[in-house]
Amino acid sequence: MELTGVTKEYPGGVTALRGVDLSIGGGELLAIVGPSGSGKSTLLHIVGTLDRPTSGGVRIAGHDIAALSDRSLSALRSRHVGFVFQSFHLVPGISARANVAEGLLYSGLSRAERGRRAAWALERVGLGDRMDHRPHELSGGQKQRVAIARAVAGAPDLLLADEPTGALDTASGESVMELLHELNQDGATIAVITHDNEIAASLPRQVRIRDGEVVADIRACRAAPAGADAGADAGAAR
Amino acid sequence: MSRTRRRVRKPAARLSPPRLSSRDVLHVGSAGLRARPMRVFLSALGIAIGIATMIAVVGISSSSQAKLLRELDRLGTNMLVATPGQGMFSGQDTTLPKEAPGMISRIAGVESVGTTGDVAESVRRSENIPKEETGGVAVKAAKDDLPGTLRASVASGTWLNDATGRYPSVVLGDVSARRLGITEPGQQVFIGGRYFTVIGILGPVPLAPEIERSALIGWDAAERLLGFDGHPTAVYERSADDRVAAVRELIARTANPQAPSAVSVTDPSAALQAKAATEGAFSTLLLGLGGIALLVGGVGVANTMIISVLERRHEIGLRRSLGGTRGQIRIQFVTESLLLSGLGGLAGTVLGGAATAVYARTGDMPWVVPPWAVGGGFAATLVIGTLAGLYPAVRAARLSPTLALATA
Ligand SMILES: Nc1ncnc2c1ncn2[C@@H]1O[C@H](COP(=O)(O)OP(=O)(O)OP(=O)(O)O)[C@@H](O)[C@H]1O
Ligand SMILES: [Mg+2]
Repeated sequence: MELTGVTKEYPGGVTALRGVDLSIGGGELLAIVGPSGSGKSTLLHIVGTLDRPTSGGVRIAGHDIAALSDRSLSALRSRHVGFVFQSFHLVPGISARANVAEGLLYSGLSRAERGRRAAWALERVGLGDRMDHRPHELSGGQKQRVAIARAVAGAPDLLLADEPTGALDTASGESVMELLHELNQDGATIAVITHDNEIAASLPRQVRIRDGEVVADIRACRAAPAGADAGADAGAAR
Repeated sequence: MSRTRRRVRKPAARLSPPRLSSRDVLHVGSAGLRARPMRVFLSALGIAIGIATMIAVVGISSSSQAKLLRELDRLGTNMLVATPGQGMFSGQDTTLPKEAPGMISRIAGVESVGTTGDVAESVRRSENIPKEETGGVAVKAAKDDLPGTLRASVASGTWLNDATGRYPSVVLGDVSARRLGITEPGQQVFIGGRYFTVIGILGPVPLAPEIERSALIGWDAAERLLGFDGHPTAVYERSADDRVAAVRELIARTANPQAPSAVSVTDPSAALQAKAATEGAFSTLLLGLGGIALLVGGVGVANTMIISVLERRHEIGLRRSLGGTRGQIRIQFVTESLLLSGLGGLAGTVLGGAATAVYARTGDMPWVVPPWAVGGGFAATLVIGTLAGLYPAVRAARLSPTLALATA
């Protein structure tokens, strides 16, 4: 996953991103932090191919986004990208398992296989005993787990979470972050937007954004393949 | 999540989104409906009313027509009537020769003959009723196989036979019985200065309404007791179906060889056939009303779909983020719209069919709903569903995924 010189201007003259260069390697777990309005969500949408940059290049899983049609982008999302949103976006009135299976609808898997994977994903996020609960019968943290299960059920290369803990209390937030860590240890590449500095600091890599520009890219020493200097940056950021 | 690691980095491999199976399309298309059953009911109602009206209009007229055709089938279209026509000199009535019935019965193909002759007398309930109050009931002499030829049934009592025909006895048509206030055989009526005993009352005779309005007396009795001149005024004949045209050619010449042009030959079933044809032509006004209801129903569905799209922006954004293509979003909402109007169409067809059944049952008609009406209604709902759903679906598909997700 690689962004080079990505700029995003919204109609009305707002420039949300200015020349962002960012590359995310396989198996990374990174936080995207920055003040409100700094362009974090915009960045995440572009990384996830939900939106196209005004200029600059985006490559995901070997594909150049600019060259792809909307159809191909959709296919790419269904295969390579999973999203988790702050407000869950679960479909009301259907079970947790059905919600997760719905996330696989566009994957081309058979109905039975979708059901199996949904069950597996729910087990994975620790909701094996809540499969038949409908969203209104779940706590906020459990809803977010369902949303995460939905995002990971298709085994995406890249999991993108926009403030997954934003709507949760500290305890549920922590357990969601724990889950993301576990998924990362299992091999998933994960980018998390967060406001919470503590959460950001607990992740191996932090990308700090201000006014649409990357102002710092910090790798913590313990997980850093990048080297010792990242450790000093991590200390400074705190 | 070991799967993620297995993925090999292939540069720009084919990236075509998999197709949704038709079952999945049906599933996503009905999801929105399942969530809001009341709204489904109300917005499908307009379509249902429109389709029900149209099906009922067509069904009721078809059922009436089927009844007439069934009746026509029972009565047959192989009967002809010879009556005295207008003579060479205008206005002058002629009569048929006395031999006419016998001659006609000898035409090849003629199977039965019935004859009546007008008697210039009136019939009253009793002698106390003034002569002028005839109630429009004509006195006729009858001979040969009149009920058989007309396929008329004797509702109560008996038909005239050789014995009863000689004595003052009378058979009444159903209309005349009602007008005279006769309810059962055995009662008496006053004809030409004497009382006649009613021995039978006929059922309806659709092919010869004039018989329904007659008091029928035996040929001999009419001649002896009422001064009847013995000239037939109507000869009814029934022939084999394939001989009708040939008999028609011969009948005037046979009945009155001296003046064939003074014989008028008619086919009483022609009027019934014409009636059946007009009965089959349904009211365009009612059909138009059904059409308007259908149109209003279609607008209702379109409106529901637009609201549905507005309400479900998040869902649309989510589906796009999950990899749904524009086409898949479009087909989801078109399917929803089609299901909505199809449901209305189905309910309307059932309702219209039921309304037709109730009408047919009360009118003693066969229940007929033409398949083309059902097919037409179905096609109409498909067209309406597509039209009503297309614009909202296109709007839903055009939504930018990020905007759809962002809206509060
Ligand atoms: N659809 C849009 N049209 C116009 N401007 C937009 C649009 N979306 C975002 N912006 C602007 O772009 C900038 C970056 O927005 P973005 O949502 O990426 O911020 P953010 O970092 O996610 O903020 P927050 O932490 O509050 O979610 C903001 O100034 C915002 O007003
Ligand atoms: Mg944001």
